[in-house]
Amino acid sequence: MSATPADLKFLESHEWARLESDGTVTVGISDHAQRALGDLVFVEVPDVGKALSKGAAAAVVESVKAASDVYSPVSGEVIANNDALGAAPELVNSDPYGQGWLFRIRPANQAEFDQLLNPAAYEKVVADESH
Amino acid sequence: MSSSTPNHRTPLFDTHVAAGARMVDFGGWDMPVNYGSQIEEHHAVRRDAGMFDVSHMLIADVTGARVRDYLRYVLANDVAKLKVPGKALYSCMLNDHGGVVDDLIVYFLNDQWFRVVVNAGTRDKDIAWLQRFAPQFGVTIRPRTELAMIAVQGPNARAKASTLLGAHAAAALQLKPFTGAELGKYFVARTGYTGEDGWEIMLPVADVAAFWTALQRAGVAQCGLGARDTLRLEAGMNLYGNDMDENVSPLESGLTWTIAFDPLERDFIGRAALDSQRAAGVPRKLVGLILEERGVLRGHQKVVAAGAGDGELTSGTFSPTLERSIGFARVPAGTGEQVQVDIRGKLLPARVVKYPFVRNGKALV
Repeated sequence: MSATPADLKFLESHEWARLESDGTVTVGISDHAQRALGDLVFVEVPDVGKALSKGAAAAVVESVKAASDVYSPVSGEVIANNDALGAAPELVNSDPYGQGWLFRIRPANQAEFDQLLNPAAYEKVVADESH
Repeated sequence: MSSSTPNHRTPLFDTHVAAGARMVDFGGWDMPVNYGSQIEEHHAVRRDAGMFDVSHMLIADVTGARVRDYLRYVLANDVAKLKVPGKALYSCMLNDHGGVVDDLIVYFLNDQWFRVVVNAGTRDKDIAWLQRFAPQFGVTIRPRTELAMIAVQGPNARAKASTLLGAHAAAALQLKPFTGAELGKYFVARTGYTGEDGWEIMLPVADVAAFWTALQRAGVAQCGLGARDTLRLEAGMNLYGNDMDENVSPLESGLTWTIAFDPLERDFIGRAALDSQRAAGVPRKLVGLILEERGVLRGHQKVVAAGAGDGELTSGTFSPTLERSIGFARVPAGTGEQVQVDIRGKLLPARVVKYPFVRNGKALV
């Protein structure tokens, strides 16, 4: 199990968000989420330039078993997406907090980021779910 | 599932949990979907040897002097084809409308004894259905819930599993495809649901956990229902509830080959409905699809067949062997070689192919 990096924030729906030094926000799915989904075989990321609102379906991750929506943790414009996942969706399984990132947003409102769950609160969500 | 009754568990439940399996609900049973990587489990079966707990399926013995007549009436395939003891047959059990009550394997053991293996999710319904016609033929249906079942599948599965059978190993290794035999406390059959060689082994519930552990030590990989589904789809095998059910004809489900229309004088449940459907023309067919772009085919996605009409995916997945998405779709009979599939609002091209997609480790498409 990957340790949860302390600099991340989370949505209850298992997305992570990291505030970069340039003020942009990188988004992915948590280690818990990738393990629950199983081997990923297809990832659909949002186009650069797309405007997302917080909580909107932004990407799709598909495991052998099922397709799941990924929701945007913050509102803003997509400024990058992870091309590498087209050929190697399994990066989300092997490195969910690193090479398995999905897309990057220029946030419209930093307060939305601050309101996300901290790692301890997210881990509690995961623990409660498994009961 | 929101049911208030707890799920059923197989005698291997604790073994699966201890092995770190991810457990899911499958037709009211808590079953392992994988023990780690579903794709690695799939490859283990295609390349070496894997095993599945299939104890959730129901084994039932059907006995009586007129058991053959009975099965020739309740099954759409014809057990008259079974002439050598041990021989197995795949068949549908139909209702009066020609819909599929279930699909099953039936083994001919002797003139008064056949054994059927039916799906987990339909077991209660199946037993009730079988019981309904039993009195008029004087046969007895006996569910064998004291037996568990493990499927060992893959090119090396028989060799590895035979090391556990002691004095019965030689007899087991001589079994021909689609044949089974009682060997001491084991019933070993050269059948499966993966498109690979292997056995399905029935054995007493009390012995199954030790047997499973011994298979692991013999180098057989534990595999969950996730890999079982991708393997059966690659092998072109139907899944009850997805690819056919009580409301659809086997003639529209790729199962025409399992219906024994000859001899004409044999009456079986559903025959009249199928005869009229054949006379009128079967409007739809089940086809194999390969998605030509990235993405994953899934059950219930809409299929657009230019000039023929619309159809629907009944099963779809990512094929670990082919490294692309494959599926089955029920489409209009006039569908050609190319269709489009609606995946989240986008129409993606898919090619219509003959299945199986994969057999004995080799891609066929």
